Amino acid sequence: MAAYGRGSLVSARDEVLRRVREATASATATPPARESREPRPGDVDRFAERVADYKAVVERCGPDEVEARIAAALDGAVAVVPDGLGYAVPGSVPDDGLSATDLDGIDAVVTLARVGVAETGTIVLDHGPGQGRRALSLVPDLHVCVVRADQVVADVPDAVASLDPARPLTWISGPSATSDIELDRVEGVHGPRTLHVLVVG
Amino acid sequence: MRVALMVTCLGDTLFPEVGKAVVRLLSRLGVEVDFPEGQTCCGQPMVNSGYLDEAVPAVRAFAAAFEGYDAVVAPSGSCAGCARHQHGLVARRADDPALAEAVATLGSRTYELSEFLVDVLGVTDVGASFPHSVTYHPTCHSLRMLGVGDRPLSLLREVRGIDLRELPGEAECCGFGGTFAVKNADTSVAMGADKARHVRETGAEVLVAGDSSCLMHIGGLLRRQRGGVRTMHLAEVLAATEGASPGASPEPDRLPA
Amino acid sequence: MTGATFVGMPAFPEAARAALADSQLRHNLAHATGTIRGKRARVVGELDDWEELRTRAAGVKDAALADLETHLLTLEERLTAAGATVHWARDAAEASAVVAQVARAHEVDEVVKVKSMATVEIGLNEALAAEGIAAWETDLAELIVQLGDDLPSHILVPAIHRNRAEIRQIFVDKMAAAGRPAPDDLTEVPSELANAARLHLREKFLRAKVGVSGANFAVAETGTLVVVESEGNGRMCLTLPEVLVSVVGIEKVVPTWAELDTFLQVLPRSSTGERMNPYTSTWSGVTPGDGPQEVHVVLVDNGRTRALADEVGRQALRCIRCSACLNVCPVYERTGGHAYGSVYPGPIGAILNPLLKGVGVDEQVDSLPYASSLCGACYEVCPVKIDIPSVLVDLRAQVVDAHRGGRPSVEAAAMKGAGQTFASSRRLGLAQRLTGLGTGLARRLGLAPAWSSARDLPTAPPESFRAWWRRTDGGRS
Repeated sequence: MAAYGRGSLVSARDEVLRRVREATASATATPPARESREPRPGDVDRFAERVADYKAVVERCGPDEVEARIAAALDGAVAVVPDGLGYAVPGSVPDDGLSATDLDGIDAVVTLARVGVAETGTIVLDHGPGQGRRALSLVPDLHVCVVRADQVVADVPDAVASLDPARPLTWISGPSATSDIELDRVEGVHGPRTLHVLVVG
Repeated sequence: MRVALMVTCLGDTLFPEVGKAVVRLLSRLGVEVDFPEGQTCCGQPMVNSGYLDEAVPAVRAFAAAFEGYDAVVAPSGSCAGCARHQHGLVARRADDPALAEAVATLGSRTYELSEFLVDVLGVTDVGASFPHSVTYHPTCHSLRMLGVGDRPLSLLREVRGIDLRELPGEAECCGFGGTFAVKNADTSVAMGADKARHVRETGAEVLVAGDSSCLMHIGGLLRRQRGGVRTMHLAEVLAATEGASPGASPEPDRLPA
Repeated sequence: MTGATFVGMPAFPEAARAALADSQLRHNLAHATGTIRGKRARVVGELDDWEELRTRAAGVKDAALADLETHLLTLEERLTAAGATVHWARDAAEASAVVAQVARAHEVDEVVKVKSMATVEIGLNEALAAEGIAAWETDLAELIVQLGDDLPSHILVPAIHRNRAEIRQIFVDKMAAAGRPAPDDLTEVPSELANAARLHLREKFLRAKVGVSGANFAVAETGTLVVVESEGNGRMCLTLPEVLVSVVGIEKVVPTWAELDTFLQVLPRSSTGERMNPYTSTWSGVTPGDGPQEVHVVLVDNGRTRALADEVGRQALRCIRCSACLNVCPVYERTGGHAYGSVYPGPIGAILNPLLKGVGVDEQVDSLPYASSLCGACYEVCPVKIDIPSVLVDLRAQVVDAHRGGRPSVEAAAMKGAGQTFASSRRLGLAQRLTGLGTGLARRLGLAPAWSSARDLPTAPPESFRAWWRRTDGGRS
């Protein structure tokens, strides 16, 4: 490559960094101070209401009712289940390295969650035990998600503070939806078109 | 308290009745107002068009004319906003620290009319009488640059005999925007046409606002459409008293009959 | 399918004139922006600390930008440690070349894309097409634009200028040539249109080897990228392919993980008017056994450092692409986005394009800072408090200054004249008398014809205020 050509003498990296340095030579700004706080327990009623606002199905139940509620939610649909779910799901398919196409042929998925956010009605998966890898809770059309009441925190800052960014995270607020037609929301595009949330305890 | 009227170049040249109304209104409230004759223009037409050097003489004239006054009152949210928020820019451009200091002081003493009445004089009932149906358009610079809030409406609500009607989409810009009105005339007219339509929908006889420039634009559209709605500046309505309606003015196209 | 570009667009006033004449477009825009304005106002009204959140969001971004070099180096280091490959690109061509190189290395002839402003900005689809690689847009609105061989006209909803009937027609006419045809009985009901997109794209998601994304945020201290979306197409592209390339503007940096919370609060409320968008994905490099096992991140300048060097304008780099400013802009609502001639339309586009590209070179770019009445509605809603009106005024001065020195235009001469007239009250008084008062001022500025096309000029009063004041001693005599 000619010595004058792009990327030959000065790397793009060095040049971009040099430009940044020069552009910010006179810039000063202090980040706003933050009060550190422990995640606070969230209002579970509010959580349930706000999940339902997104047109998700929300049910409250006791710990001993979960398996029956899962079965009812599936209503005969075949579900894939991740390791560590901790609930018996009759007729379920274990995730033994299913391909995306395999998953596309499965009706439903049952997972646990990592955190619920009361203020926004959001469920966060960190894809740890019982939650499965990301594709699992994405490709099947029905997602049954079990959230324990003690996992519900108050708001988004509490959720962010309680999550590990080194893990992949999926924040879910209702079934998949779009506002792309006349800026009005309609549910049901590429992600699960039905989100069925069981709030336990 | 020494109070000066900043009549604005537009008010001086095209809408002198507005300045006279301010003088009458303030005098009725016991405030003697001066008109420092050295004043010309706040410089906003130049500043907002990008001609900062060209705005320097106007800002110098402003600083010289109003030096020493405790309060400068403008019947315009836009011009008061320029004095308060843009003169510093022009002074920095002129690289003139003395001018910068002068306009910083003056800027903090410059008030749009409704601000002066409500905040400085502490009145909302100015003793006006105006037995007509009126709709009020809050101009963008009064609303968003100065934050006058509902001061103008609180003044209008106290006017005797007034039939105040809510304007649909009131906070949306009328489309004047200074040289925007001619540089982007088509868009400006499209915005103004919607504003004029909303004004007509209220069925009010009179459209009132705190900026003659916006009124000139909306009024120009209303007149072209023969909409039958007249435009009046807030100052003119507040200056009106029983038996001394400004309707006697010789300018029937700008005032209610 | 990549024929439409913005290059060679006319200046704003001319482009706006054409758009204003399209009553269907104006109806579509008024309906859509009216809907979203109401939704935004409701969810913003729910939070009593909204103003504090705005201030905090602006502060975090300002601090990130002021020390951008440090944060970029941290980001690079953390991403690399997490198994990602970091690339740098000075401009659009370099950025596109990186993506093409990755695609070629895997011998693919197609990639699936998450909606990304940065990739549209750099002309990625066109660059990939030139190499025989198809880039499938998977966001519903981007799909509508791509299938319709159209241009984006809104940041959030690039097909906002299309209504449901037009969308149905595009699907019926164009889907078959790009893959699975639209269902035979497709109606214009939005849920059916969404389902048609689901069916059409599903096969592409399942077979794609390479995914391309942007990022809404890049957290430096953790090497975490964040994609905020609604439909799940983002999750598909970020999760199913073996290889992921993310094209990220260098201004997307958020220094710390903890500071992300502010943006996850203000963005969805400002953007789609929801408490939270349906899906947000975050990932830090490669996660063994989950998602793409080869991850590339392209950090792009493409004019951002030019904007960063502008002391007034650098605040535009705080932008989180929510489009709230478009939705409240009375100019945008009437002209639509195409008139701005860029992937970034509306108020933010009117400042961002000149800041990224520089002024004084291109007439179209120079026209953008004037595409505003300076009403300030944009500033009022901006979740990162970009003072768009002030930046517009500053850019106007830059445009004027860039043209100083040559033969002055009619406008420049008029402004010079006005400046001299306003230098003293004596000159102003003289001008008022000489020009027959009143409309003379407008006529002298050469503005009368443009004004009078649809508006009456006010009639001239017989006497100026200052003449009256002098004659009557301020009304006392």
